[in-house]
Amino acid sequence: MYDVIIIGAGVSGTACARELSRLDLKILVLEKEEDVCCGTSKANSGIVHAGYDAVSGSLMAQLNVRGNELMEEWAKELDFPFKRTGSLVVCRREEDMPLLWELKERGEKNGVKGLEIIEEKELKEMEENLSCEVIAALYAPTAGIVCPFGMNIAMAENAYTNGVEFQFDTLVTKIEKIEKGYRIDTEKGSFKTKYVVNAAGVYADIFHNMVSEKKIEITPRKGEYCLLDKKAGNHVNKVIFSLPGKLGKGILVTPTVHGNLLLGPTAADIEEKEGINTTEEGLKEIREKAGLNVKNLPLGQVITSFAGLRAHEKGHEFIIKEAEDAKGFIDCAGIESPGLTSAPAIGELVAKMIKEGLNPKENKKFEGRRKGILFPHKLTKEERKQLIKEHPEYGNIICRCEMISQGEILDAIHRPLGAKSLDGIKRRVRAGFGRCQGGFCTPKIMEILATEYGTEENTITKMGKESILIMGRNKDQL
Amino acid sequence: MKTYDIVIIGGGPAGLAAAVGAKNSGCDSILILERDKELGGILNQCIHNGFGLHTFKEELTGPEYAARYIEKVQQLQIQYLLNTMVVEISPDKVITAMNGKEGLMEISAKAVILAMGCRERPRGALNIPGYRPAGIYSAGTAQRLVNMEGYLPGREIVILGSGDIGLIMARRMTLEGAKVKVVAELMPYCGGLKRNIVQCLEDYNIPLKLSHTVVNIHGKERVEGVTLAQVDENLHPIKETEEYIPCDTLLLSVGLIPENELSLEMGNEMGKVTNGPIVDESLETNIEGVFACGNVLHVHDLVDFVSSEAETAGKNAALYVNGRKAKEKMHLIPIHHEEGVRYTVPAHIHPENMEEKLTIRFRVGEVYKNAFIVVYFDEQQVFKKKRSFMAPGEMEEIILRKEQLLDFPQLEKIRVRIEKE
Repeated sequence: MYDVIIIGAGVSGTACARELSRLDLKILVLEKEEDVCCGTSKANSGIVHAGYDAVSGSLMAQLNVRGNELMEEWAKELDFPFKRTGSLVVCRREEDMPLLWELKERGEKNGVKGLEIIEEKELKEMEENLSCEVIAALYAPTAGIVCPFGMNIAMAENAYTNGVEFQFDTLVTKIEKIEKGYRIDTEKGSFKTKYVVNAAGVYADIFHNMVSEKKIEITPRKGEYCLLDKKAGNHVNKVIFSLPGKLGKGILVTPTVHGNLLLGPTAADIEEKEGINTTEEGLKEIREKAGLNVKNLPLGQVITSFAGLRAHEKGHEFIIKEAEDAKGFIDCAGIESPGLTSAPAIGELVAKMIKEGLNPKENKKFEGRRKGILFPHKLTKEERKQLIKEHPEYGNIICRCEMISQGEILDAIHRPLGAKSLDGIKRRVRAGFGRCQGGFCTPKIMEILATEYGTEENTITKMGKESILIMGRNKDQL
Repeated sequence: MKTYDIVIIGGGPAGLAAAVGAKNSGCDSILILERDKELGGILNQCIHNGFGLHTFKEELTGPEYAARYIEKVQQLQIQYLLNTMVVEISPDKVITAMNGKEGLMEISAKAVILAMGCRERPRGALNIPGYRPAGIYSAGTAQRLVNMEGYLPGREIVILGSGDIGLIMARRMTLEGAKVKVVAELMPYCGGLKRNIVQCLEDYNIPLKLSHTVVNIHGKERVEGVTLAQVDENLHPIKETEEYIPCDTLLLSVGLIPENELSLEMGNEMGKVTNGPIVDESLETNIEGVFACGNVLHVHDLVDFVSSEAETAGKNAALYVNGRKAKEKMHLIPIHHEEGVRYTVPAHIHPENMEEKLTIRFRVGEVYKNAFIVVYFDEQQVFKKKRSFMAPGEMEEIILRKEQLLDFPQLEKIRVRIEKE
């Protein structure tokens, strides 16, 4: 019997796993996809919010501010990219100024430090490409940007090396209360556990409702994005928000930690929990609205677009607690923005709840530090020369747009919870993430994956399951 | 630091011909840097024929055409490094490159020839809505998988874009046993060469739908189908014409982009239409001693023209290294591309530095029937040639003569335009 089974290997689930691995517990993470970071966690803005948006006194506000505080330490310990760039909420109309002041007041109440209203001239010096219509902005120096994949993968790897088990391609089909815990049925057998952590993103309502009469409902709220070439990466240097509206924080313009420019998200409630398709309307809306706050956006440099689903609960509040009528079943539900920012704090909170329940010993072997993938471009020329001398595979460039070598790809495959698919490689080392979008490197990466896993290239997938890349051999059906 | 007179970035058709041109013009210290495991560039995956009609007066396949130049390079004992990626070129022509064998190296050059070729436009650049499953390939990626690795990326294919690679792949996929359902082209005219439409589509009964585009991609794990729609004269999809086509693969042949990241970082000025460096009659960029040729300069249709252009670049690089006359004081005349002409290469010329004849290459912006290519020196018409058919997919050229230009010492601009009857 497990002490804890976590459903979902997104940022919430893996943050919980990492924090729980500090304790002497038998833990399993069940994930329906082939890798960590395949749902909401992979398709979002990658923003570390300061914490002025959420209603004061809410759990959301509390965890946002706490998560923001923790982010630096976690990024350092777990070696993932994070940059405190600061953010600006911009105001274009005199009559909206009270809203900006309200936001500042709320932020201060929430404990956000350093908030400032900045006026025109100083603002233009701060961010030269702001639209001429912008009259003022709320500056939040503690906001930042993070690599959502990097963070998710780092937390998972660290949890894994500290003893947490992971099982992928394992869809949970049923959860039943048993004596002293729960039985979880999956496509790959049943598991018993004392505690369940429900970190299933847009599916959290389904699992919650299997064990509780107090039903919840999670609505997938689609957000579409456009990603621009690195040539556009310096167009702004902070996260640029509009004043928040009814469905969220509006369309933002932000640099990414990797140097691209990101526009989005839109917000549309949908029914389908796998509806991550982009739409004509969505992409059009981004193109029209992103330019309201930022001028001269080089929209011709879009290299890809994508959509993600926020797990929206109608109260717009995080539900992180033991279900009232299901002891030992802990929800992490309704984790929409600022969920990514809050993840470390969510992990802390859930671990605390379970610690109180099970009263376990500490995990004496816990090692909180994790060394990320070695990226040669971060080394000095001399260090890089030395590296290639010792490991020639680092001199063999596979992805020419992002300058990713075979060495990095091999590292991505062979490290704990290593990459199994093209997208797995892409999220770990960015090969295929650049301006040609895998046009040149796809065949090479397929070959590397096939060689390393000792299999044929026709079994290599884009992202697991039926996403095979090759349908056969030339003339095999003639 | 190793030093060469000329370092050529790229060992595809442009780089190879540039090397031959430079060597034949008296330069002995030449190095080609190639990122792939063999010389020849993209020609190695172009196993169809139709190459070399102009250069060798015979019809060759891509690898055969490449082999001719590779042999020349080897006979002339020109040095090259394979599997070598250039990371950076400084404005003073120090090249940082790496490979697994020699590691990270710095090479100093007196002249640099940019010959990096181009890449394909990805789906993202088109903003096609829908899912992002496996089974969406650019035509060139599919070409590599099929022709070099023997893998069939799919069995039921829709091709978006009628660029030459897309047309060639329509035929190739058919020959390998896949069913190509349709080739859709957004524009009201084909993007590729006329001969490819006949030989690759018509001969195999593959329908070409002009003024059509993909408006949705279906399938979460692997492509299951696409929605095709006709577009109006403003290229906006017409809702009522939407049609679902089941398929497992979408190939994109929607344009090529010169790969100029290195050129941009070293400070080369770029043409807005070509996305390649702005060059003069020597194919020299705004940075003295830096030359460009082939698809990195502007996208070509025929490799034969790449070769002749590149030989010119090589020759001029050799002249530069061996101390040609400085250009600063020479009269520089801009070539204006006007009515119907999208750009010209070169974009400006020093008549004094010209050879007897200079080829000016350009593309037109739309389809023309029975129209004239007309050249003016300032306001005076000096050249008029009738063309029965011109299209954006086929590159045009005119020849300027030095003696003619020297008759106009006060010339301010050369204008190239298309005039209808």
